[in-house]
Amino acid sequence: MFHLFRASGLALVAVAGLAAQPAFAETPGEIQASIQQEAAGTPGFQEFSAARGESLFKSKHANDWSCASCHTDNPAAPGKHAKTGKVIDPLAPSANAGRFTSPKKVAKWFKRNCNDVLDRVCTPQEKGDVLAYLLTVKK
Amino acid sequence: MNLTYRPLALGFIALFFFVVVMGRVQAGGNHFYAPIADPVVKEECGSCHLAFAPSMLPASSWQRMMGNLKNHFGDDASVDADTTARITRYLVANAADAGDRRYGGKLLKGVALGSAPQRITELPKWVSEHRKVPDWEWRHKEVRTKANCVACHTGAEQGYYDE
Repeated sequence: MFHLFRASGLALVAVAGLAAQPAFAETPGEIQASIQQEAAGTPGFQEFSAARGESLFKSKHANDWSCASCHTDNPAAPGKHAKTGKVIDPLAPSANAGRFTSPKKVAKWFKRNCNDVLDRVCTPQEKGDVLAYLLTVKK
Repeated sequence: MNLTYRPLALGFIALFFFVVVMGRVQAGGNHFYAPIADPVVKEECGSCHLAFAPSMLPASSWQRMMGNLKNHFGDDASVDADTTARITRYLVANAADAGDRRYGGKLLKGVALGSAPQRITELPKWVSEHRKVPDWEWRHKEVRTKANCVACHTGAEQGYYDE
């Protein structure tokens, strides 16, 4: 009885340890896979396209800013906040290994920045296209 | 008789200079605004602009600002509910009118109680402290905005705003 109790206690500790793993344990590929899973369920879904992503990234939509207004036309280079001038680290994973490794951060920035650029949330298709483009950008 | 007073007089003169010098040192310290110590608050409030010191605005300002992050000076700066609560707690606890923060308190001179000002650069004390800065300096391409403290105050991120 005692051994059973102890073993289950150890198992609990192990599970807690796994759950405590930091959220950035994901790769940009895994993030893209989960966006794909979400996109596949939406009507009119097409395979992600880097070309479509690039055009979305570089053009203006509902507002005065495009993604490139802050991240520049070269996402492998450091950007600059269009309003405050604060330097923004490169967005392309080839130039900045920390990018697209935390689902929480990805969700936060897509939410804010799509709102600033398009005045609405981005569709999973749009997010996947943009990430497909960013993944093709070489350092 | 004269001889016995001399050391005393010298002592007074030394004390006088000491007081003057220390007074100046303290005056310099008036421009210290403790930087954010909480790593989450520092990251969230410092990704797009300098992580402004909580002691630069009263608690009512921070509460109002944190209640409208979706429209943060025109930009969407929203964070999830847990993070919002954590940041608000920190800012309020370290606000200009929290406890006995007399340095931050100076920046509140002329601010109406409960007016919850949002822009540090519109506080009367801020305006008078910067009245001698010419227009062309504000327009300089390395400055761009009055909120870009570090352009001139190189120690701003560490909390120093003397020069």
